[in-house]
Amino acid sequence: MLKFLINRFGQSIILLLIVTVITFFLINLAPGGPSSTMRMDASPEERQAMVEKLGLDQPVIVRYASWLKGAFSGDLGTSFTSNEPVVQRIAERLPYTIELTIFTIIISIIIGIPIGILSAIKRGSVPDHIINFFSVVGLSVPAFWLGLMLILLFSINLGWLPSSGVGARGVDFNLWGWISHLIMPVLILTTTILPNIVRFTRSSMLEVISQNYIRTIRAKGAKESIVIYIHALRNALIPIITIIGVLIPRLLSGAVITEAIFGWTGIGTLILEAARGRDYPLVMGITIVITIVVILCNLIVDIVYSRVDPRVKNV
Amino acid sequence: MNASTNINIKKKDVFKKRSGKNILLQRLSRNKIAYVSLCFLILVHILVFIGPLVWKVSPTGLQDAGALANWSLQHPMGTDDLGRDVFSRMLYGGRITLIVGLAAMLFALLIGTIIGACAGFFRGYVETVLMRFTEAMMAIPNFFFVLVALTVLGTSPIMVVIVIALSGWMEIARVVYGETLKWKEYEFVEAANASGATSIRILTKYIIPQIIPSIIVSGTLTIAAAILTESAISYLGMGIQPPTPTWGNMLQDSQQYIWTAPILGVLPGAAITIVVLAYNFLGDGLRDALDPRFVKK
Repeated sequence: MLKFLINRFGQSIILLLIVTVITFFLINLAPGGPSSTMRMDASPEERQAMVEKLGLDQPVIVRYASWLKGAFSGDLGTSFTSNEPVVQRIAERLPYTIELTIFTIIISIIIGIPIGILSAIKRGSVPDHIINFFSVVGLSVPAFWLGLMLILLFSINLGWLPSSGVGARGVDFNLWGWISHLIMPVLILTTTILPNIVRFTRSSMLEVISQNYIRTIRAKGAKESIVIYIHALRNALIPIITIIGVLIPRLLSGAVITEAIFGWTGIGTLILEAARGRDYPLVMGITIVITIVVILCNLIVDIVYSRVDPRVKNV
Repeated sequence: MNASTNINIKKKDVFKKRSGKNILLQRLSRNKIAYVSLCFLILVHILVFIGPLVWKVSPTGLQDAGALANWSLQHPMGTDDLGRDVFSRMLYGGRITLIVGLAAMLFALLIGTIIGACAGFFRGYVETVLMRFTEAMMAIPNFFFVLVALTVLGTSPIMVVIVIALSGWMEIARVVYGETLKWKEYEFVEAANASGATSIRILTKYIIPQIIPSIIVSGTLTIAAAILTESAISYLGMGIQPPTPTWGNMLQDSQQYIWTAPILGVLPGAAITIVVLAYNFLGDGLRDALDPRFVKK
């Protein structure tokens, strides 16, 4: 077990290093660099001063090394646009995104797994076809468009839900205000991952049902409900843990759009602001932090999976 | 004599029907929804590519009908907030959206196939480096990568295509990698190797042709994803810039008028949804049709 943990942890670190290399060198491809974002009337001396202040006159490798050294001590640089530390700006916004994604995951699992099971045990029936159809529809609808349509319906026509914002926090906090702001963003984000959960549950369930031991149980005369819920379900649910790891990047991508539609002040709106303002350290910092989140989630999923399923313990 | 020619003719028919393309079409036509999607997509592409030759109203020129005009014979879908013909914008916008989707797909296929095939074929450190790189790219949430890349590389149509392709080749690479590992163990590859064929020749003449069905399926699904990504970044204002219309940036324009002219938001969104839906159904249908296990049923 310890060997497995060390091995996985080492792999995650290597993965993270590769990600930093990709993003760092991508950002340094920028023609003109950050100084090109200064106002047009900036004098060449001012530009030169900025270049020197930011250390842009050094080779890329040197800058990467110093950035990496800072990153290991928790310093991701300073935002160009607000002059605050990147880490601080991310820390302000990240909790909102985590809040949104956690609710989305819980709701997607509560809805998605039963639907997937239903689809699998009624394979080939009308409900199965309907579920399959709507899974593909869910994958195809642009989230932002669906969001607009929801705003049109619930905020403009019916006036039930607020169209943007995160609701009052701190002293003014009230439960309905909080929930009403959450409903539409969570709904939109759910549609981006629900189809995957349904499809994955369905195929996992189908695979278990087709196995010999299920046939044996049936041959022994067990009731169908016992076969499905007692014997098949437990084994079918194990692989579903792994899809959560796969869905985290998808979920975070979806969060960018969802947050943009509903003015949710999370990490998604932050990277949009950073991208529009060409705030390179911030863009880079967000990407790294988000990737750390993804890699950590995958690491946890792997460990949980190896604990739950005795067959993969020795991998 | 007569009987034997009859048999011959029948045999010919059988062989004809059993050729790869025919089997594919036959199986695809059994899957109604995939078949309808294919026909619909052909229709949309004809409409979008030939339509502007017939419908000569400019997509960027201002019309006499004024802004936000209702539908009429001159403007079947009305005019938008600046008084431009919406029908013409839908056609031109669709053309650009679909071209971006197709081009990004082709580029992503190229990258994915090369990386996947090389990793699977050469093994050793090539495999380690390429697959680790692929994994790292998969760990970066797609949209964050796209935003970083667009910030750096700019938002010209070609850059948009390249960035979408760069963010979407990993799944293809993994599929091709897995298939390459499988096919390179076959005897015909071993035979080619024994007869002195170079690695490149074995890859391009022996292995990749076997993978083409999987590549087609991935490609179809990649177009769907690419169109969605393009429209999302256009909506966020980071994609192809106005006045060039795309279905995505038409939606961006329309958001301010959602109170007064909701149709401006409904049309491009519905177009994106239906086209992406059709590509997804087609991809799923092709996957079933090309799956050897399907024969048993």
